[in-house]
Amino acid sequence: MFRKLTLLLFLVTGTTSCQKREAASNPGTTSVAAAASGPVRVVYIPKNTGNPYFNGVVAGLEKGCKELGAEFFTTGPANPDATSQIPFIKDQVQRGVNVICISPNSSDALNQVFDDARTRGIKVVTVNTDLVGNESHRDAAVYPCDFDTLGASQIELLGSLIHYEGRFAILSSTTDAPDQNYWIQGMKEALKNSKYTRMELVDIVYGDDKPQKSRTEAEGLLTKYPDLRAILAPTSVGIEQAAKAVEAAGVYPGGANARGRGVVVTGLGTPNQLRRYIKDNIITAVALWSPPDEGYVSAYVAVGLATDKITAQTGNSFDVPGFGRRGFGKNNLVIAGPPLIFTKDNIDQYNF
Amino acid sequence: MNNRWRLVEVRELPTLALWVLICAVTALVQPKFLTAGVFRSILLWIPLLVVVAMGEMMVMLTRGVDVSVGSMMGLAGMAVGIALRDHPGIGVYGAMVLGIALGATLGAVNGLLIAYGNVPAIVATLGTLGAYRGLVHIVSRGVQVDEYNLPRELGRWSIDGPFGQTLVPWVVVFAILAAAGTLLFLRFTRVGRDIYAIGGNPEAAWLRGIPVRRVTFLVYVLSGLGSGLAGVLYASRFGTINPAAIGSGFELIAISAVVVGGVSVFGGSGTVAGVVLGCLLLGTISTALTVLNIADAWQGTTYGLVILVAVIFDHWMGTRFRKA
Repeated sequence: MFRKLTLLLFLVTGTTSCQKREAASNPGTTSVAAAASGPVRVVYIPKNTGNPYFNGVVAGLEKGCKELGAEFFTTGPANPDATSQIPFIKDQVQRGVNVICISPNSSDALNQVFDDARTRGIKVVTVNTDLVGNESHRDAAVYPCDFDTLGASQIELLGSLIHYEGRFAILSSTTDAPDQNYWIQGMKEALKNSKYTRMELVDIVYGDDKPQKSRTEAEGLLTKYPDLRAILAPTSVGIEQAAKAVEAAGVYPGGANARGRGVVVTGLGTPNQLRRYIKDNIITAVALWSPPDEGYVSAYVAVGLATDKITAQTGNSFDVPGFGRRGFGKNNLVIAGPPLIFTKDNIDQYNF
Repeated sequence: MNNRWRLVEVRELPTLALWVLICAVTALVQPKFLTAGVFRSILLWIPLLVVVAMGEMMVMLTRGVDVSVGSMMGLAGMAVGIALRDHPGIGVYGAMVLGIALGATLGAVNGLLIAYGNVPAIVATLGTLGAYRGLVHIVSRGVQVDEYNLPRELGRWSIDGPFGQTLVPWVVVFAILAAAGTLLFLRFTRVGRDIYAIGGNPEAAWLRGIPVRRVTFLVYVLSGLGSGLAGVLYASRFGTINPAAIGSGFELIAISAVVVGGVSVFGGSGTVAGVVLGCLLLGTISTALTVLNIADAWQGTTYGLVILVAVIFDHWMGTRFRKA
């Protein structure tokens, strides 16, 4: 399963590499660092502080910037509201940074501040979330993995866990979360495949990425659908509360109150957060990409753009040490790597 | 003396009736509502609310209000999480004592401002609502404490109970103890009766020689204490302690529960049983809306409407019966 996904993604990234057209200068690692006159200043603004996911991205950015001799720092709002990042962006423009890396909380509320920053020569790189429909307001985007195929890969992961049969529900974040909605759309598309005809999506509920709300929704699903076979939660807050809900109710596969084969929980979550549930057999497998890798690739994009060693243009490609070549796809989108699947056998290899 | 033993009073009957009505309507539309799973879900939803509402109730009995409860809960919960993460040796009960002590200290700051600094309660606690929330971000450096940083035993409080893995886990037992303690305190101690007297008529209470300032100070300490305990229970139930999420907006739910539970917004009257009923009502509404697939936005609207209905009813009761 994991191999199949990796292969698929290598094929996808491989295709982009083949289409590569050399940028004006050779964007090798060393030349990027050497060309910088005075250290490049990179800031990263996560959706909100305190979210462990973004701590991984920060670690990767920090490592990459250090290797490239760039200055790196991070700052951000406490709450992931649509406009909460605006004052932070304005502050950084005032400070005179060279690159703003940001995981935007809105795909359109930030257009104006990004335009202001860019007229002052600041590069804007969206990380993890893009300005869907407003791509012209940033220079490049870095995705941790190919979001176009993520929904389908989630359905395949779920299918493999429930033997491609049964009713399931999705526990998402907010009703207007652009990423989750895009993946869910991909999931619905994938379900049309004849392979999945015996899997039925019965409900989509939203926990708003808040623990209490997510927990209430997960418990509500168990009540509404006594024959539910699985909860698919493509969000780290949701999957943890879904796991806690099936654990407390004892309805996980093999649990004391499980009906039939029990309720499977899967989706997207970090290994540290879900390690105990996987070791306790409450969760069998869960997917995610590597946030540190995503940050590391972002650092190379950010510094490369700031030093003009990389030109953001569809078809261009550049080297990232240990990753090989990465290219700009449609809308200047860079994909960091394939998703990872964590199970009992491999989870101890990961720490984020 | 007979009154002391009466658990439910006339003013709580409508809350009880409303609760029965909501259960009946929900069960009619969605028969699966009447299952052990839903009962358990509601039972696990309310302990946090009960311990905070007990303190809030005592504050409101003195005609005050404490809007900083969510932030106190957040700060105490975060401190407990950090302590357990960085010094696991203190153990879960040590952490519980720490959370309660810190909550009481934060409440004492409110109490000093209000009772001795003569700052209006709404202003003082609005100030500390912001200040304490800011401190949550500062002490945590904006980083959440994850479940894997916490001892397993803490999480088990929300699953296991004194009778094994039953419908009554430890967090529910703690809430019952908090409610029982408050009940005994209010009914059988001098200070407990002073709390009612102050709310009923502050001037008369002072003339009767009741130490108004000291009692006022005390209720805010107790409110902080309950919020601190709630912070620990939150960590047990949800595992993740996120600086922005923990306790955020909880003051609205707590004040709703107290008002809906029949505590007069003008102080002086209300019972523990009524407030527990109020908590049960809000927990049931939250679960019912979810089970009925009603959009999230309606939850806030419903809370607001329920508070309004309760306050209007309170006023109506006041003009009708209190004169008698």
